[in-house]
Amino acid sequence: MRIGVFVCQCGENIGRTVDCPAVAEAAGRFPGVAYSVEYKYMCSDPGQNLIKNMIKEKNLDAIVVGSCSPHMHEKTFRKAALDAGVNPFLCEIANLREHCSWVHEDIVDATKKAIDLVRIAVEKVKKNTPLTPIRVPVTKRSLVIGGGISGIQAALDIANAGFECVLVEKEPSIGGHMSQLSETFPTLDCSQCILTPRMVEVYQHPKIKLLTYSEVENVEGFIGNFKVTIRKKARSIDESKCTGCGLCVQKCPIKKKAYNEFEENLAHRPAVYVPFPQAVPNIPVIDRTVCTYYQTGKCQMCVKVCGREAIFFEQQDEMITEEVGSIVVATGYKLYSIDKKPEESEIKGYGEYGYGKYKDVIDGLQFERIASASGPTSGEILRPSDNKVPKKIVFIQCVGSRDESKGFSYCSKICCMYTAKHAMLYKHKVHDGEAYVFYMDIRAGGKGYDEFVRRAIEEDHVKYIRGRVSRIYEEDGKYIVRGEDTIAGKPITIDADLVVLATAMIAQPNAVKLAQTIGMSYDKYGFYNEAHPKLRPVEVSTAGVFLAGACQSPKDIPESVAMASAAASKSLVLFGSDFLEREPTVAKVNESVCAGCFYCQKVCAYNAIEKKEIKDRKGNLVKVIAYVNSGLCQGFGTCNAVCPSKSVELIGFNDEQIYAEINAL
Amino acid sequence: MHAHNTHVETLAGKIEELTSQSVMQCYQCGKCSAGCPVRNYMEDSPNQVIRYVQLGFDDEALHSSTPWLCASCLTCSSRCPQNFDIAKFMDAVREVALEMEIDVKEKDVKKFHEAFLNQIKKNGKAFEFGMVREYKLKTLNLFQDVELFPEMLLKGKLSLLPHKKKDIKHIKKVFDEIK
Repeated sequence: MRIGVFVCQCGENIGRTVDCPAVAEAAGRFPGVAYSVEYKYMCSDPGQNLIKNMIKEKNLDAIVVGSCSPHMHEKTFRKAALDAGVNPFLCEIANLREHCSWVHEDIVDATKKAIDLVRIAVEKVKKNTPLTPIRVPVTKRSLVIGGGISGIQAALDIANAGFECVLVEKEPSIGGHMSQLSETFPTLDCSQCILTPRMVEVYQHPKIKLLTYSEVENVEGFIGNFKVTIRKKARSIDESKCTGCGLCVQKCPIKKKAYNEFEENLAHRPAVYVPFPQAVPNIPVIDRTVCTYYQTGKCQMCVKVCGREAIFFEQQDEMITEEVGSIVVATGYKLYSIDKKPEESEIKGYGEYGYGKYKDVIDGLQFERIASASGPTSGEILRPSDNKVPKKIVFIQCVGSRDESKGFSYCSKICCMYTAKHAMLYKHKVHDGEAYVFYMDIRAGGKGYDEFVRRAIEEDHVKYIRGRVSRIYEEDGKYIVRGEDTIAGKPITIDADLVVLATAMIAQPNAVKLAQTIGMSYDKYGFYNEAHPKLRPVEVSTAGVFLAGACQSPKDIPESVAMASAAASKSLVLFGSDFLEREPTVAKVNESVCAGCFYCQKVCAYNAIEKKEIKDRKGNLVKVIAYVNSGLCQGFGTCNAVCPSKSVELIGFNDEQIYAEINAL
Repeated sequence: MHAHNTHVETLAGKIEELTSQSVMQCYQCGKCSAGCPVRNYMEDSPNQVIRYVQLGFDDEALHSSTPWLCASCLTCSSRCPQNFDIAKFMDAVREVALEMEIDVKEKDVKKFHEAFLNQIKKNGKAFEFGMVREYKLKTLNLFQDVELFPEMLLKGKLSLLPHKKKDIKHIKKVFDEIK
C-alpha cells in the first residue's frame, strides 16, 4: 500500500502548538507511507489540489489527513480523494486540532502526540477496505398526521408539488382547533371563512388521500421507505353511499345524551352527528356509546329516514397500510383543563378557581364558541348558566401556563393575543359591558400584535390589571374575583358575571404514544423535540420525519402554517432524488456465528435489528439470527459491543481496525 | 433607598440561608397579595416586601409592618405558582429584624408573640387566658375586646387555669437550645 500523509497547519490553529514540518517528516518514515507533506490550509482549493495532484503523481492508494475534526472536513478530503480516483473510505483523518493543538500548550509534547495520532490513522487506513455508499430507493409519497391547519397546509403544499399525500385525522372532520375559532387576531378575520376553502381544497385534491376518523397504529421502516398501518375507525355509515343530506342527524331521537365536542360541551348533539356544518367530509358518524341501537338493539330511526341505505351498523374498524417516504407530524395541542383530573397526574386543576364547578367560569375555546356566529348562542355573548348578557367579564391569563406548581412552567405564547381579541370582541358586542384582563406580562411579539393589544386598551377601554388572581368564588349569582394590581399595589375585587380563563396549551394526551410509535423524542411536557433548536427546527432526530405546528410547542396560526410549509418542503427535498445515499459504515451480522440471542436487538436505539430465518435446501428452519436493516442502522456500534459471540461487525470500524489503532501506540 | 451588592451580607442572602429558597424565585405575579386575608391592614403588599428584598432595599423590608401582620395562614404559600413559601419568607424577615434589634413597627404584634411563647415556656402548652392577661399588661390595651370575655368563658373557649403539661423539662430544653 502507498499511503500519503498530509499535515495541515490550519493557519496558526495547529501550527502554533504543533511542529507540523516535524510531524510530516516523522510520518514520512512510517512503514507504508510513500509521501508526506505539510501545508498551511489543506482545506483550501490549493490544499485540496495538492492532495489530488500528489495522489496521481506519487501513485497513492490511501491518504491520511492530519487536520481538524472529521466533523469539519472529512467530507471535503474524502471528496478530494474520490476526485483523484481513491475510494473515499481509504481517507482517514487524524484530528490534530480539537484533540491536540487546542487542548495542549507545550509544543514538544503536542508534537509527539500529533505524531502518534498520525501513526494511529496510518495503521487504521492500512486495514481499510474500499466501500460504496448504500443506495435506498425513495417512495415519493408523504403521510401527514393531523388535519388541523398545519396538516392541511403541509398536505396541500406536498400535493400541489405533484406528489401523493395521505392525510390522517383522528376526528370525523378535518379543520382542527382553527375551525372552532370565532375570529383571528390581529386582523379579526373570520376563522372559518379563511379555513374552509382550504378544507374543501384538501377534499377535492386528486393527489390527497383523506382518511378522517382514523389513527396511525404503527410505523415501520426508515426514511424514504416507511410502512404505516392506519386504523380507520368504523363510522357506522357507508361513506360511498352517504350524500351528507343530514336527515339522519335531524331525526335522531337522542338529543341530550351527548355533549357536542365541537361546541366545547356548551351544547348537545345527537348520537349520529356531523361535528359542524362545514365539516369535511360532510359524512356523519354514529357515536356507539350513546346510540340506542347499540344499547338496546332498537330505534333504527336513521335507517328508516336514510334514502340511500347508508347506515351500516355492522361496520368494523379497517386497517389500512400505506407506503410513504416521509412523515409530517402535525398533531396539534389541547387545552389545559381546569377540572380536577386525578387520572392525569400532571394535571392538578385549580381548586382556587373552583375546579371547573362554576358554569360561568369557562376556558378560551368555550368563549370562542360563544363569540362565534355559528356557535351555540349564534354569536351573542351570553353566559352559560342563565343565558344572560354578562355586564362584567373577567379574563385571566396564564392559567396553567407559567405555573410551576401546576406542573407547567412554559409560556403558552398565544393567550395574550387571544385574550385581547376576546376582550375586544366582547366590547364590540356588549357596548355597556366592562372587560377586565388579569395578566402577568403581555407578550405580543409579532407583526401588528402589540398594536392590537394597545387598541384593546386605548380604543375599546379594556382594563388591564397586572396581577394573578388568587381566588374565584360564587356569591349571589356573581363570581367574586380576588386579585391585586401589583403596579398600584392595591387589592382588587371584581364581581363578575362571566370569567374566561386563558388556559395553557398542552400536548395531546396520546402524544407520547405516537412519539414512541414513530421514534421521536419529546420533552417533559410531551411536545416533540426538533433535531436542532436553531438550525433544524422542523426535523426530528429520526430521518424522514418532520414536525409542523403546535405539537412541537405552543404556536399561533401563522407560525403553524409557516412550519407546515417548511415541513412540506423538507419532504419535497427528499422526493427530489430517486435514491438516497447513506454512509456504508453500518453493522453487519456474521450469519454463520450468530447464536440468535438478540442482545443486539435490545440495545439498538434505532430498531435496526430484525430477525432472519435461516433455512436449509428443503426449507426446514435451521436457526433464527439477527439481521441489520442497513436503512435504519446509524452505525452506533452498540450491537457490536454487546455481542457475546463477536458476530456483529461495524463496517469501517471492525475489531481488526480498532486493534490496529491501539497497537500503533 | 440603596441597593446592596454582595450577596452574603444582604437580606436576600440571609433569607436564603434561613429558608433554603431564593427570593429570585418570585416573579411578582401578586397572587399572594390577592389572596391574603390581612392584606387590607398592610401598607406594603406581601409581593412588595419580596420585591424590596429582591432589589436590595433591605431597610424598607425590615421596617415594613407587613411581616408582622402576616398571620402565617399559608394561603399564599399554598397558591404560589412558583412554589415560593411566602409565609416562610415572612418568618425569616421577622427573625432577621429581631436579630438586628430593629425597632419593630407593630410593637403589639411582637408583644403578642412574646406573651404566647412565655405561656408555652411556663405551662408547656398554650394558655389563652394567661396569654391575654400578659398581653394586656404589656400593651396596656386593657379594654380591647373585653366584651368578648364573658361569652368566651361561657362557651368554654377560655379557661381560667392552665392545663399544665406534666413533663415540662423537654419544653425547657427546647427553649434553652433556641437561646
